[in-house]
Amino acid sequence: MLIKKQYDVVVIGSGPGGLAAAIDAKKGGADDVLVIERDVELGGILLQCIHNGFGLQTFKEDLPGPEYAQRFINEAKALGITFLLDTMVMDVTSQRKLFLSSRDFGYLEVNAHAIVLAMGCRERTRAQVRIPGFRPNGVFTAGTAQRWVNVEGYMPGNKFVILGSGDIGMIMARRLTFEGAHVERVLEIQNYLSGLSRNYVQCLEDWGIPLQLNHTIKKIIGKNRVEAIEAVAVDEKWNFIPGTEEIIPCDTLLLSVGLIPENELSKKAGVALDPVTGGPFVDEHFQTSVPGIFAAGNVVHVYDLVDYVSMAGSEAGRSAAEFALAEKARAARYIPLVPGKNVRYIVPHKLDKKALEKGDISLQMRVTKPIEEDVWMEVRGENNSIVRRSERYVRPGEMVTIVLKPNMAAEVEKTGKLTVDIYPKSEA
Amino acid sequence: MEERNYICTACPMGCKLIVRMEGEEVVKILGNRCRKGETFGRQEAIAPQRMLASTVRVPNGFHPLLPVYTKGSIPKRKIMEVLEKIRAVEVTAPVKAEDVIIANVIGTGVDVIASRDMPAKN
Amino acid sequence: MQEKYDYIVIGGGVVGAMIARWLSRYEGRLLLIEKEADIGMGCSSANTAIVHAGYDPLPGSLKALMNVRANPMWDQLAGELNFPFERRGDFVVAVGEEELPLVDKLMQQGIKNGVPGMVMLDAGEMRSRERDINPDVSGALWATTGGICDPFQVTVAAAENAVINGATVLLNTKFEDFIWEGSRVIGVKTNRGDFFSRWVINSAGIYSDAVMHKAGVRPEFFIKARKGEYFIFDRAEVQIHNVLFPVPSSRGKGILVTGTLHENTIVGPNANVIDDKEDTSMTKEGMDELLDGAKKLIPSLNLRHSIANFVGLRPMGNGPCYTPGINYNNDYVIEVPSSVQGFVNLGGIESPGLTSAPAIAQMVVDLMKDAGEEFVAKKDWDPIRPARPRFAHMTHQERRLLCDMDPRYGRVICRCENVTEGEIVSEIHAPIPAQTYDAIKRRTWLGTGRCQAGFDMTRVVAILARELGVSPFEISKRGDGSEYLYRTTKETEVANVN
Repeated sequence: MLIKKQYDVVVIGSGPGGLAAAIDAKKGGADDVLVIERDVELGGILLQCIHNGFGLQTFKEDLPGPEYAQRFINEAKALGITFLLDTMVMDVTSQRKLFLSSRDFGYLEVNAHAIVLAMGCRERTRAQVRIPGFRPNGVFTAGTAQRWVNVEGYMPGNKFVILGSGDIGMIMARRLTFEGAHVERVLEIQNYLSGLSRNYVQCLEDWGIPLQLNHTIKKIIGKNRVEAIEAVAVDEKWNFIPGTEEIIPCDTLLLSVGLIPENELSKKAGVALDPVTGGPFVDEHFQTSVPGIFAAGNVVHVYDLVDYVSMAGSEAGRSAAEFALAEKARAARYIPLVPGKNVRYIVPHKLDKKALEKGDISLQMRVTKPIEEDVWMEVRGENNSIVRRSERYVRPGEMVTIVLKPNMAAEVEKTGKLTVDIYPKSEA
Repeated sequence: MEERNYICTACPMGCKLIVRMEGEEVVKILGNRCRKGETFGRQEAIAPQRMLASTVRVPNGFHPLLPVYTKGSIPKRKIMEVLEKIRAVEVTAPVKAEDVIIANVIGTGVDVIASRDMPAKN
Repeated sequence: MQEKYDYIVIGGGVVGAMIARWLSRYEGRLLLIEKEADIGMGCSSANTAIVHAGYDPLPGSLKALMNVRANPMWDQLAGELNFPFERRGDFVVAVGEEELPLVDKLMQQGIKNGVPGMVMLDAGEMRSRERDINPDVSGALWATTGGICDPFQVTVAAAENAVINGATVLLNTKFEDFIWEGSRVIGVKTNRGDFFSRWVINSAGIYSDAVMHKAGVRPEFFIKARKGEYFIFDRAEVQIHNVLFPVPSSRGKGILVTGTLHENTIVGPNANVIDDKEDTSMTKEGMDELLDGAKKLIPSLNLRHSIANFVGLRPMGNGPCYTPGINYNNDYVIEVPSSVQGFVNLGGIESPGLTSAPAIAQMVVDLMKDAGEEFVAKKDWDPIRPARPRFAHMTHQERRLLCDMDPRYGRVICRCENVTEGEIVSEIHAPIPAQTYDAIKRRTWLGTGRCQAGFDMTRVVAILARELGVSPFEISKRGDGSEYLYRTTKETEVANVN
């Protein structure tokens, strides 16, 4: 596969946000759209969310996560979007240069007219909730367990306790039960359910898995592998209530204690982050504080329905394409100024043809050698002459100026470059 | 007369329903804010239905498991039986999304279908 | 695996590894046995990573002697063994006027110990060096010879150098008893068989008392575990560059706050003596103690920014002071006991143990010489342990060259800390192979970042299984009994019961 040096729109992440962005960038007129995905296939986190509940708005169907993703994957492939799989973005600059690393393609540098950040979220960790106790194996985030159970085909335990009544935790409670494991308890520190009530019914109530609100974990027991957790009730300030401790034997603790937008790359690109959401500040087009860098999906804030993620992705992709096309149009209006006979350099090096319509542009240059006689200084296009002026001599020590005026704009418009020659009148 | 409590799952609102039963017959439904809630309450009291999702083995697949789901809801009380049927199945890649994996599973009239494309391991 | 050696070292912590490295310079078959699944799993990988200047130990103690002797050895050692080390200097910070005399006392103690390069700073100078220091700072002792290192890299580098020079390292091999010929130790019994040697060296860390008692040496010597808990902070949120020690006073004991060579900030340790030598659990009381104490130096520290915590158990021994007549009962034991032949005994190597390790190793060799061992230097001894590439620290250009050379270095497995498959594979096949998740984590720093292995865990398990040629069910976090996976999703029988 030929990987270009320059793309119109580069999308980081191929989850629902990234795929929608790529599709609508392409449909919005961006020719070269590249999607970079760190996993071995497209689809993002949806690939491990095998339960139903996706697509009610987008497709008017109740689909499982992988099928929702598949619809977008099929459309993206049909549109001729380029994909780099198993590839990590190492750095993004505010100039929209990306550094990529992968086994198959090596370490690459790619430039983008516009970028869409769609890296999603990571899960809050045990260390961040500061659960005391040993640090044995068997403490996993619900998402890590979900990947093992649903994608790689392994059960990371037999007897589970789940901390957090977030959707991922409840979904996994049911999933594990379906695969023959025992879920002993779900503990929630707040006095309300963290996720959707539908999931409480279909994942916990249906299967007799007890939920304890106002409860958390006092410590984890077991040196090499989890042997038990000590649950405890808490008051409204989350203080442990003495005497309410309960040791629950188990071999695995799953954590479903929150999602954090994954903005490491955003920071590298100089994107301003909102400390409240954890994601970039964005406008109605999902453009961040850095021009040409857009963001969509869970990387901006944590969504509840994937359908809204796709809508955000579409808007971001459309806007990214618009930005890219405007950039390209502006770049296309630039023509180079080429030093010709006896000219060493010209500043500016390039000019925007449209700018000449609005006012004078001074060209400043130096000659390569002294010419101590009358000279012509001529600015010419590829097939036409723009202006010619005479001087009595030119010397390297003295800067030479030629002014282009708006009445020359029509002739300049016809050419793809301007060359300046300075030569003795005797040689004309 | 019996009163049963359910949380409606027809939409994310989660209305708390009270369903009054005389024997096996639904007499009244309270607490719903729309017609979907009434339908749900009735169904839930008499013959609760659920969508089911799981995975099947695909030994030659890009991944060892293929996610599958029931194209339509099945009786809640049959879930474990359907899971057993799914566990016994082995599928050969390549598979396309919505390919039928088990037709009319245990006579429910509902097919178990593939949730995604699964290419073969190369 | 042969049975007969010249030297057997019990314990693969930093001290045992250094001793092995020093001994590997000489002719003789050398064996190092370690009971855990990897070297350095005890205190050696759960400490503050400081190479101390030497003002803290009591003058006249062996701790002081070893510390001050070892400190200047680190530059050459870091160059030869290629581990991260920086001489940043450390600061003992006085908060409030009443703490200044205590700091001055430490300086005087340092002078007595022969510590060079100590300077007293006033409050303004300390504030200019550490922007977030407590505004009540009144001054500080700046010990310019202090440094920081990566203690696990030090341990693995020393042990690998020993292996490069012909030593054998056996993991999962636990000392059980000595083998005797009269009053001479001629070998050890382990859970993996008997090994014979002319010398056995006890560097068994927190269990060195149990080992020496098996030799009938120092029945009155006991080691207690001194638990030290730590927090690690997110480098994006907290940037403390310096090593900052508190002064214990009526204001509070204070807790050390220091930058590390991974650019994290760590806070800790506290010091609570416990009975259970296996109790590495983090406690709620400890967490509170750490934060309160650390705020004495850096009031703006917020636990919201902590990304990890860990616990180290220091071997606090009750050894008498090296210099007779000084009333001090927590000194190192480093000796060739008169009652037993062929035995070198070490005990109670707590702080400044990491710092002192090279000097301790040299002292062990010297003691053996004094006891009549005739060492013959190896002609082909190689002091160098080559470095392995660290993708995270490379420029874009260097990364490109590395990927061209071996495409596995292009596949990033730990996203937060930028560790690649190439690095993981090279650690699995290194002179001391990394065979567990934690072994790879200690060597590469993988899994220590913000997501705490959320992304890399499933991938590392798969890579380990592939490279070791075993089933994924055998892959563990820290050795037997800490496996990840129990069965396949579709099996109903439990395949793996522990």
